[in-house]
Amino acid sequence: MSTALIIEQLLNGLQFGVMLFLMAAGLTLIFGVMGLINLAHGSFYMIGAFACAAVAAATGSFWLGLAASLAAAAAAGALVELAVIRRLYDRDHLDQVLATFALILIFSEGTRWLFGSFPLYLDIPQVLSGAVDLPGGARYQLYRLAIIGVGVLVALGLYYLIARTRLGMRIRAGQSDREMIAALGVDIGTLYTMVFALGAALAGLAGALVGALQSVQVGMGEPVLILAFVVIVIGGIGSIKGALVGAVLVGLTDTLGRFLLPKLFAAFLGPSEGATVGAALASMLIYIVMALILAFRPKGLFPATA
Amino acid sequence: MSRERAINLLLAGLLLSVPLAALALGELFYITLATRMAILALAAVGLNFALGLGGLVSFGHAAFFGIGGYVAGIFSSHAFNQTPLFSWPFEFFGSDQMPAIWLAAMLISALIALPIGAISLRTAGVYFIMITLAFAQMIYYFAISWPAYGGEDGLSIVVRNGFPGVNTAVPLIFFLVCYVLLLAALALFALVRDSRFGAALQAGRQNETRLAAVGIAPFRIRLAAFTISAAITGLAGALLADLNRFVSPSMLSWQMSGELIVLIILGGTGRLFGPVAGAMLFVLFEFVLGGLTERWQFFLGLILLGVVLFARGGLIGVLAGKARHG
Repeated sequence: MSTALIIEQLLNGLQFGVMLFLMAAGLTLIFGVMGLINLAHGSFYMIGAFACAAVAAATGSFWLGLAASLAAAAAAGALVELAVIRRLYDRDHLDQVLATFALILIFSEGTRWLFGSFPLYLDIPQVLSGAVDLPGGARYQLYRLAIIGVGVLVALGLYYLIARTRLGMRIRAGQSDREMIAALGVDIGTLYTMVFALGAALAGLAGALVGALQSVQVGMGEPVLILAFVVIVIGGIGSIKGALVGAVLVGLTDTLGRFLLPKLFAAFLGPSEGATVGAALASMLIYIVMALILAFRPKGLFPATA
Repeated sequence: MSRERAINLLLAGLLLSVPLAALALGELFYITLATRMAILALAAVGLNFALGLGGLVSFGHAAFFGIGGYVAGIFSSHAFNQTPLFSWPFEFFGSDQMPAIWLAAMLISALIALPIGAISLRTAGVYFIMITLAFAQMIYYFAISWPAYGGEDGLSIVVRNGFPGVNTAVPLIFFLVCYVLLLAALALFALVRDSRFGAALQAGRQNETRLAAVGIAPFRIRLAAFTISAAITGLAGALLADLNRFVSPSMLSWQMSGELIVLIILGGTGRLFGPVAGAMLFVLFEFVLGGLTERWQFFLGLILLGVVLFARGGLIGVLAGKARHG
């Protein structure tokens, strides 16, 4: 096992973690501010990917596609919030789970209706194609490095938005006491719509970015959604910092587990048996990590104090 | 007789009369449809122990449903091929007899539910929903990546497992077996609901602090309810595997967990016959919409959304009026 390979796997884990962060940040924000559990968040991821692939195919520009993905996901988010989600804030979690489960069915089947069952493909933009040399003799795909960069920028941007701007102040106020800020004259309905659209746009961005690495297809959102749930449960629901730490932890654990565990078990059990056991265990690893963390800290690593 | 009780009797009678009518008309397919209703209803009755009585929104009950299915599949494949399932401390060749499979499915589901419940019940609310989901995913991915029993492709049951004294290959007989089990589970549900244990469980749903104040630890009764709930859902899984003569990881998927919750809400939360009404309605939607359009899930989504937003209380809620207590 060379250093180059390990560096590559570490970066892959980081890239996966960053992508999960984009999903988890929206989810945790929506839960923190509105107290809403949104299963349909994966649908925004899918919408972003489809919008990007469709616009990029029509115009030939990945960047226009990226802009379209943000716009489409944010618009879908705002629309869903106004039409459905708004009625769910004072319902219990069971109703929220069910209504957003219904939204997944509608979005998935609706997308299949529009685009058909075949996956779409999205090419990596010309500027970001190719690989770069890293110390240790590794070569790494430039596009994946760019995704890591985007994730770091989004994390910084979110930090700035929430800690330093008026909108962020309102979001934090909404998190701690929604009646009070409504009484102070803030239009809480608009605030909620904006937060929901922001979360949806982040998910759409993640979908578009990953769409160039994988195929764009119906149902691509839900596996990521479930991992994003794991992330925010580990991080502490409502905490952006927790989402960042949890996302990187889950990304690295999953990637390194899939890489190392088969090799580790092969050393004890022989190549074929070891690879099977290792692969099976690796696919469960993040859930085991989550169970361990929750057994000791039931509110996650960074419990939001609201 | 209250209106709800009349509706319950009507639903039980309706479910029984569908396959009898189908037999009289020679339309055997409808017997399978009714069997599917009974099995899904049984699975949802299982979930209702946790969700309806205890207020524990488990989004991972597909795990137990699938485990039950895999127990049936694995037992019967070993019995069919005469290969030992394990050879220590004694040689065990599986079984193709339903009672043995049912017992094993319930026991194994309960044994797996114990640690899952013990960890998940340390949390509450949204955390609980997500953790149960995550545990189910863990088992799902295990089933996919473990090649011994078919992995992603699933496992076929060559011959439907038997039941002493009757021929389960006859559709009506298999339906009646499932129907009797469903009625037994409903009776158990009613018994538990009206027992001291059930009262404590419901009190814990309504006000945890008060329950603790009268000296009952909510954790232990919830864990017991979660385990019973898993065992019954596991039993239903074993039956579904026998109905389809096939079990695959899709029985363990998160969509399945979602569907089980849907069944309860569609029929009416906190009602004895809610899961039965929900399962009948769901299979009916699936069948009627699926026959009309390939995009039936789109319309199912719209219907579900309508039920959550405008018809709280589900089918029984609409027919029988508001529940007497939350």
